[in-house]
Amino acid sequence: MEKAIVFKNIKKSYGSVQAVNGINLTIYQGEFFGLLGPNGAGKSTLINMLAGIVKSTSGTIKAMGFDVEKNYQEARHSLGIVPQELVFDPFFNVREMLRFQAGYFGKGRENYDWIDEILERLDLTEKAFTNMRQLSGGMKRRALIAQALAHRPPIIVLDEPTAGVDVELRQRLWAFMKDLNQSGHTIVLTTHYLEEAENLCKRIAMVNRGKLVALDDTKKLIRKNSAKNLNIKIDNLDEQKILKILKSFKVFIKNEILSISLENLEELNDIIVLLKKNKIKFFDIQTTEPDLEKVFLQMTKK
Amino acid sequence: MINWKIQLKGTWTLLKKELLRFWRVVFQTVAAPVITGILYLLIFSHVLDGRTEVYAGVSYSAFLIPGLIMMSLLQNAFANSSSSLVQSKVMGNIVFILLTPITYIQFFIAFLIAAIVRGLFVGLTIYLLASFYIDLPIMYPGYVFSFAILGGALLGTFGIIAGIWADRFDQMAAYQNFVIMPLSFLSGVFYSIHSLPPFWQKISHFNPFFYMIDGFRYGFFGQSDTSPHLSFLIVLTFFIILTGLSIKLLKTGYKLRG
Repeated sequence: MEKAIVFKNIKKSYGSVQAVNGINLTIYQGEFFGLLGPNGAGKSTLINMLAGIVKSTSGTIKAMGFDVEKNYQEARHSLGIVPQELVFDPFFNVREMLRFQAGYFGKGRENYDWIDEILERLDLTEKAFTNMRQLSGGMKRRALIAQALAHRPPIIVLDEPTAGVDVELRQRLWAFMKDLNQSGHTIVLTTHYLEEAENLCKRIAMVNRGKLVALDDTKKLIRKNSAKNLNIKIDNLDEQKILKILKSFKVFIKNEILSISLENLEELNDIIVLLKKNKIKFFDIQTTEPDLEKVFLQMTKK
Repeated sequence: MINWKIQLKGTWTLLKKELLRFWRVVFQTVAAPVITGILYLLIFSHVLDGRTEVYAGVSYSAFLIPGLIMMSLLQNAFANSSSSLVQSKVMGNIVFILLTPITYIQFFIAFLIAAIVRGLFVGLTIYLLASFYIDLPIMYPGYVFSFAILGGALLGTFGIIAGIWADRFDQMAAYQNFVIMPLSFLSGVFYSIHSLPPFWQKISHFNPFFYMIDGFRYGFFGQSDTSPHLSFLIVLTFFIILTGLSIKLLKTGYKLRG
């Protein structure tokens, strides 16, 4: 497969703080790729370096084979980046902004049909002549996404595009992104909604403290790190005591439910034996299929 | 290498956006400085016309108009590039340009031309309105045009530097109030520097605004405080220096790219 984005030993430091510490990552053309990590992990720094907004301290980044610093014009032609912050230009309406954005990339009237299609797909047609200032937060987010797509880039990078937006937009956006992905566009997504990443992304990278901590096919990543989840409701839950008893297992406590990632089903029996031996009473027990959230917590826990 | 047609389209789009930006708030960007200029003209000419003659055969009102035109042109050329940049930075929408293949040269050209256009527009409007008040023929249109373009370019470039440097609106206001305003008021807009004591005459020669206004005024009357060619050379030198600095800042991404 042809490479869309290549991060080669990328480092970025701000004074003594190492925001990105030697990341090597290749994203292939046509992929729907997820870049996950907790706040401050280095995801946005990576994207900003790819976009040329932030310069790397060392290493190289290529987009569609072009170095983002040495051949920045060609590299930026291939990138459509949706920034995380909800920024807008208050002087113009939605359609003007999209036409300007495409114009910066040398696109003129021949691109107007595409702009109308974007407006339609993101449900912005009725707002085409509305000033950016007058749009609601959700509409501004749509306009921001539309701007990134205006020049029809082969790579689309969405930095938390669904933060604070309603369900309808999410569904519309993902349907649109799936269509673009099927027509050959490479999509890179960062999100805090792990369910979205699990459903959409074929491959996922997890970043923590500036380092790549996981990179695999989404399904493999989930299976590899957990066979099943065991959820137990315990009477008078004493967190410290339970964590001590089950110290050899991957245990998380959320909403007073003990959640344990099982590496194999034999562990189930061991846990029950241990709880009984320590006279811990439980009143509900169930196993569920593993999900990305558990893997994420495992991979990014301190 | 991106072909020149794409580059040209990119530059034109950025220029168009910058022109439309000031046109959308034309009352603030054009009407307000024109009104201010005309008020200066009416008040100063009412008080001083007939009492003082700066150049032989030239009334004080006639003397004043080119100075007011040039002062407004320079102030607005500076305001255009600086306010657009600082506003984009504060609001964060500068990212829309930073994400594109627009080069630092294209960026510079688009902001520069937009600044010149706004300056010329304000200056021309004041000239046309002042023409109703007093007959003001232009003796050497070439000088008028050259100094107007070069002066607008110099202040437009200075505005780019100030806009890159400033992170907040109050920093930009400090530039306007503590640099641009004193330099333009003390440049001979309202008087000939020959009317000043020798010390202040010397000081005035270090003010680049003096050369822009003096050279521009020469185009109207064929008279000036100093040689128009020397003025042109000095303004051109300032423009080249500031252009070099501005391009260096844009190329390195100072305060624009992290």
